[in-house]
Amino acid sequence: MELLEWTALELSEKIKAGEIKAKDAALAALERIEAGEKRYHCYITVDAEGALRRAEEVQRRIDAGELSGPLAGVPVAVKDNICTEGLLTTCASRMLGNFIPAYSAEAVKRLEEAGAVVLGKTNMDEFAMGSTTETSAYGGTRNPWNIGRVPGGSSGGSAAAVAAGECFLALGSDTGGSIRQPSAFCGVVGIKPTYGTVSRYGLVAYGSSLDQIGPMGRNVSDCAAMLEAIASYDKKDSTSVDRKDTDFRAALVDDAKGIRIGIPKDYMGDGLDREVREAVVKAAQVLAGKGALVEEFDLGLAEYAIPAYYTIASAEASSNLERFDGVKYGYRAAEYEGLHSMYKKSRSEGFGSEVKRRIMLGSFVLSSGYYDAYYLKALKVKALIKRAFDAAFVKYDLILGPTAPTAAPALGESLADPLQMYLGDIYTVSANLAGLPGISLPCGKNSEGLPIGLQLMGDCFQEKKMIRAAYAYEKARGSFGRPKLSADTEVGDGSFGCGIDAKPEGGKKSGKTI
Amino acid sequence: MENRLNDEMIEHIGILAKLELSGEERERAKEDMGKMLGYIDKMGELDTSGIEPLSHASGMQNVFREDEATNGDMREDVLRNAPEEKDGMFLVPRTFEG
Repeated sequence: MELLEWTALELSEKIKAGEIKAKDAALAALERIEAGEKRYHCYITVDAEGALRRAEEVQRRIDAGELSGPLAGVPVAVKDNICTEGLLTTCASRMLGNFIPAYSAEAVKRLEEAGAVVLGKTNMDEFAMGSTTETSAYGGTRNPWNIGRVPGGSSGGSAAAVAAGECFLALGSDTGGSIRQPSAFCGVVGIKPTYGTVSRYGLVAYGSSLDQIGPMGRNVSDCAAMLEAIASYDKKDSTSVDRKDTDFRAALVDDAKGIRIGIPKDYMGDGLDREVREAVVKAAQVLAGKGALVEEFDLGLAEYAIPAYYTIASAEASSNLERFDGVKYGYRAAEYEGLHSMYKKSRSEGFGSEVKRRIMLGSFVLSSGYYDAYYLKALKVKALIKRAFDAAFVKYDLILGPTAPTAAPALGESLADPLQMYLGDIYTVSANLAGLPGISLPCGKNSEGLPIGLQLMGDCFQEKKMIRAAYAYEKARGSFGRPKLSADTEVGDGSFGCGIDAKPEGGKKSGKTI
Repeated sequence: MENRLNDEMIEHIGILAKLELSGEERERAKEDMGKMLGYIDKMGELDTSGIEPLSHASGMQNVFREDEATNGDMREDVLRNAPEEKDGMFLVPRTFEG
């Protein structure tokens, strides 16, 4: 259907102009979901009934002149670790297979106030721990560009849903690259905002000092509009920052003149796929052609980012995930002897292996006798990394490099060797450690037709410079195109992961799971 | 590093993490954690003496607010997610032996 080819901003213009109804847009997206899900499995829960009801409400507000913003009537998807009132929120874990939040996350509320229509909840790595969406307890998601490949992770369902036209925009969350890397693998745009820009209230915590919610969409403009809608100062999140400069669409200017861009030599060396390197170098040349001042420099410390990141993220995860104890919500084991046995059995049966691996590692690095050598050491390394970025941003406005060392790997390839999978996060984790904003946008395809991601990082609160450069690049690059929705073999046979047919048990309670 | 991660240590971490691992899971955990810690040990190469640990990139300190309830009564909605409830309360297994 034609309207699915429009951008979010084009769609909302046409809805506001009365050319089409918000309900028609929701219906078109739901039809695409129905057709695409057998192949891709982007969603854990699709709330068709609720979406149509919300679309009608939005239409009433538009007709009454109460809604005029850029997201009015736009169908969106929400990652399944972001709470939605009355709608199943599983974190792709058996642990939360029946969890129905009593409130919505602040970011979701902001989106709904802006007139966006939530279609459903997208698949992800369990509790956002993973880089492929294969650790989901409900089966993996496939990359719409090639269903033999992973969509990346942990926000793989959101990225794939945007790529496949199963929504116009989606919310993701990024703790170490979880918005940017799947955006790169699926050929879409994703922004991780400066820490504190979007409220974390209602985001199920993984690594609290690193987590940020952000937009994923088809182009820079759509993402800027979504970020503008969800950025807010929120007293319910004590790390929230009161920013005045959140009119991100003002930065959509086709001009990179005078923007100083540094390319860290350490990001372009060993371990980087040749085709990815070529595409990124070409993108840098395009920006130089647009008037940006581009040069290479030594950032340093790149090889220490992953050890520091996994130490800190696992430590915070082990603490954050203590709340899942089978008492107040979530999974409780059927058989146990006494309270402690109930805790242990519920957690051991409710969590998948990657989650347990990180809780164990986190418990170890925080344990007496090892705390100084690991956790405290990691916080000191983090301080050094922050200093290196501070020094870089004296000389440069933006840092440019690849989002990931390769294009999307084949299904099943990454989980066999967790350490190898962690190394794939080398270019993204630093932005989380230093609290910086980062954007990934498509900058080409490799010889197999898989998208390649370009990453730009800015100094804290400098999203606008980043968005301006990204927009200018995108204009010069031209349309990136969309994956063909061919009649590939359907894959609903549960032949990989836990099986695409695995469903959260609470699914029937709310909305419709497809 | 591997020698630090003996069965006793894995047992101890399991207690801290409130996780019960099967024999097979325990072996896998030992191997995976050994590899991961071997890699994390790379941080030891960096001289961090005199560096203050950075817990928060924003440098934000304590943020205080009044302890005021702003949400309404959500008891019903909250209890709906409880694995077991009784008389409007969460039901848990016996904690103290009488």
